Amino acid sequence: MDAVLAEMLLWFELYRLQENYIDVIDSDRLEAWPELFTADGVYEILPKENVDLGLEIGIMHCFGRPMMRDRIVSLRKANLYEPHTYRHLTSGLTYTRLDSDTIAMQSNYVVVQTLTDGESRLYQAGRYYDRVIRTDEGWRYQHKRAVYDTSRVQTLLVTPV
Amino acid sequence: MGEGLSQNANGSLIQTAYFPRRDGSRIPYEIYTSPAIYRLEQERIFHGPVWSFVALEAELPRPFDYKSTFVGDTPVVVTRAEDGQFAAWVNRCAHRGAIVCRHARGNARTHICVYHQWSYDPRGNLRGVPFRNGVNRRAGMPADFDPVHNGLEKLRLETYGQLIFATFSDAAPPLYDYLGPQMRPGLERLARKPMAYLGCVRQYARANWKLYSENVRDPYHASLLHAFFSTFNLIRAGMRFDSVGSDDGLHTWLRYFHTEDTSGGAAYKSAQVSSFKEGLRLEDTSVLEPSREFADGMSPHIQSIFPQAVVTQIQNSLAIRQILPKGPDHFELIFHFFGYEDDPPDLRMKRIKQANLVGPAGLISMEDTLATELVRGGTAGGINPCGIVDMGLEASREDADRSDVSESHIRDFWRGYQKLMGL
Repeated sequence: MDAVLAEMLLWFELYRLQENYIDVIDSDRLEAWPELFTADGVYEILPKENVDLGLEIGIMHCFGRPMMRDRIVSLRKANLYEPHTYRHLTSGLTYTRLDSDTIAMQSNYVVVQTLTDGESRLYQAGRYYDRVIRTDEGWRYQHKRAVYDTSRVQTLLVTPV
Repeated sequence: MGEGLSQNANGSLIQTAYFPRRDGSRIPYEIYTSPAIYRLEQERIFHGPVWSFVALEAELPRPFDYKSTFVGDTPVVVTRAEDGQFAAWVNRCAHRGAIVCRHARGNARTHICVYHQWSYDPRGNLRGVPFRNGVNRRAGMPADFDPVHNGLEKLRLETYGQLIFATFSDAAPPLYDYLGPQMRPGLERLARKPMAYLGCVRQYARANWKLYSENVRDPYHASLLHAFFSTFNLIRAGMRFDSVGSDDGLHTWLRYFHTEDTSGGAAYKSAQVSSFKEGLRLEDTSVLEPSREFADGMSPHIQSIFPQAVVTQIQNSLAIRQILPKGPDHFELIFHFFGYEDDPPDLRMKRIKQANLVGPAGLISMEDTLATELVRGGTAGGINPCGIVDMGLEASREDADRSDVSESHIRDFWRGYQKLMGL
């Protein structure tokens, strides 16, 4: 029974990490987004087309929190784009223990984007490939890779998915 | 033809667009929106005497590798045959017109149409027709059916600088001459070593393809639209710059050379350019810092090969952009990233890091598609208004080529376009 409870607790903690992740993005609290990673954490967005071929190029590659913070500063101050909201929907969370403090986690995601014209469009569908580790502050992403099925990015991508 | 009228392939007169000046300085907005113009472009440009970029050689390293792509909006497959030579054919079965190759990339000795299983070799030659002689010798193909004359429609194909170009037209000059003495050195500059294909990313815009073609010939916008360029001194007005165009006006190569700006961007501050962000700092500047691999100090290198290629080097990020028209109101932009086979790991890592600069989420380039969509939004439904392309109109050719705010290459583009289109 203890093993079942421990498993449920782990699932709950991982699920809560993912829900926090989605909340900071969809609620436009992007300054908190890098904090869900370890200091040297890696965040990447790649098309499935490249990943399937073992190719490394994606549309966003952040190596460490400083690069993530630079992305957000750039989004706030430098880049030009149409105001928009994201709504993330995720499903199918699965995980594998790599060691007592390291988990490989996967789930599906869909991002619905709403622009100023008020129309909501399916912006991106994909799958998260995460490696998360237990830290003093709780579970944090050591590596998060968003691999998108949607072949083309409509107009541009400025907000992390 | 008269004002705004053209004759199409069937000989019918169609309403197109009227350019009120011949110098390319007034652009009628219907040139970006008209379905009739779009159809005429497919005929006179994309099926006309031009060479369209279709692939890097490095995308097809092995015999029988193939890639699906487009010339204009016609689906085309590029293959490498058994002997290592490249070929290209229209992805349309000779039988009933179905798509033959249904995959983006792969490796195949034969390409088989799933509809009736007609099969083709990598060069597009017809190799098999099921039940060609009928069943029990009844109801087969006519006796004079000749597979040799019923293959896939083939394109002429030539390569330069490890880039593969294709054309539908017998009238296109050899690729070497099409690129000309002004463009060949740019391709040679980036092709001194065997390339390695690193992957592609795709972007889709709700705008006409020519708006993007203008954008990449337009140094005026670079440091104004893109805050990253001016703020981090990747491009600032007044830096060492030159440019060159082909004689027909269609191709353009913009060349920037890093120049220290001891004034700290004073020109932008005094002009109150709102996109210049004086206080902006990056915590991790490695995304901007080049690893010195080109002795000439050039960056960016932005080279447009009409109609569907833009060859770019920005710091250590190397890419060929392919512009694919998708109807009058949409285009797809595919960034083909490359490095070199002998890249040391740290340089390869640098290229991946600097992929952040370009592409759909490019720190310095994401605004380009936004700009094209804003023009599309603003020009919808207009009756006879024109865009103004006057910067540098009265400058000498030499001054215009050295000015990073001149719009001379946009005017050249339109002059070349009008000639091809007969407008």
